[in-house]
Amino acid sequence: MQVPAPFDYARASSVDEAIALLERLGPEARLVAGGHSLLPMMKLRLATPEHLIDINPLADELGYIREHEGEIRIGALTRHREILESDLLAERFPIVRDAEQLIADPPVRNRGTIGGALCQADPSEDLSAVCAALGGVAVIRGAAGERVVDMTEFHRGPYETAVGEAEMLVEVRIPVRAHGGSAYEKVKRRTGDWATAAAGAALWLDGADIVAAGIALSAVNPTSVRSTRAEEALVGAPPSEDAFARASALAAEDCEPVADQRGPADYKRHLARELTHRALRRAAERALAS
Amino acid sequence: MQINLTVNGETAAAEAEPRTLLVHFLRDTLRLTGTHWGCDTSNCGACVVLVDGEPVKSCTMLAAMADGHEIRTVEGMERDGTLDPVQQGFIEEHGLQCGFCTPGMMLTARALLDANPTPTDDEIRVAISGQICRCTGYKNIIAAIRWAAEHGEEDEVLTSPGGEANDVVTSPQGEGA
Repeated sequence: MQVPAPFDYARASSVDEAIALLERLGPEARLVAGGHSLLPMMKLRLATPEHLIDINPLADELGYIREHEGEIRIGALTRHREILESDLLAERFPIVRDAEQLIADPPVRNRGTIGGALCQADPSEDLSAVCAALGGVAVIRGAAGERVVDMTEFHRGPYETAVGEAEMLVEVRIPVRAHGGSAYEKVKRRTGDWATAAAGAALWLDGADIVAAGIALSAVNPTSVRSTRAEEALVGAPPSEDAFARASALAAEDCEPVADQRGPADYKRHLARELTHRALRRAAERALAS
Repeated sequence: MQINLTVNGETAAAEAEPRTLLVHFLRDTLRLTGTHWGCDTSNCGACVVLVDGEPVKSCTMLAAMADGHEIRTVEGMERDGTLDPVQQGFIEEHGLQCGFCTPGMMLTARALLDANPTPTDDEIRVAISGQICRCTGYKNIIAAIRWAAEHGEEDEVLTSPGGEANDVVTSPQGEGA
């Protein structure tokens, strides 16, 4: 039987209370949201927090998707299912629904949250790549106040984030820009599995040319990272198969896949190129139709 | 710690360690063994119950997190001796063989039909995609859920469900332990 090691349980009824509890209980305290990353790690003793602070009572305070001053704001406790079903997100950023349809499975999506997924910082996690490709930022709150961290700076390594002790991720913000399109492509062995490789792409057009691009890959690097060289290769060019081929070759060149039970490194690198190309093609179609 | 929740419409209260998982709280503390305990890794879906009407894998939720919430298990599907149309559908379409995945499958089907009374086959497939059946190849499960969609609440009494039908849809105590 897999059961977590003993811990003390506390429930937070506000963000301030959660932060105060983190400060009081110290570094052996962990927040738990949906629990679908942390509880499996606790069952395996890969995580053994002495105190668990349940923030599910904050679902009203931190569970939202709203448009505000030219950006979409997503509360950290918004569950995968709410993100998948959000027509606002699907309209503004189709990449989000592309990715959410392929995250875990429906019962898991009923519990798992965007904040939990980003803070788990699994190298194969999808929303990190989605938020990075869209140029999103993370809002982190502590007793001293809030700070805003670019998604490219949020991940410090596998399972490590910019969230410090006695701080919590409270919101993700994604800028809304005109004439954009986005898409996510993922290969996984079966429903519920992590990606073998995945690629997110976002393009913004001005007339016939690409004026900005965001490309982020998942499962082929120690963390989800943007492919800067591939992005730069696209800016100023018209959206064409040639441009996408050049960019996806650069993205594949710059990634660092490792062999595991999901496949050898060269296969994953092949996927990185092909999935980036497909994501760019679909993002461009959507940008042109927008 | 004290856990207070509603299970199948009735309030329940019991002591549990904070680390107690909901599946064990239901099976071992409340003795509701119709919820099955499978892979323990949130993959198989045998332990699915409805939390506030939504399917959740109860092996990956603390009982403490269910405090104050409404739980529905397979024991709560039959009402006043009448099977839920989903249960009847599993009988009509032979939607089970060994029965291990059945409670979770039926609860997911119930939640799907509550939200979407006329799902397509694709929507049914997506709804049960987090749950594993090793007997039926899913074909009969999909047919069973479609049967339930086509036979609403009003014509749910098709056969006298009595003891025989109940034996099919509820699990013997201890299965999966």
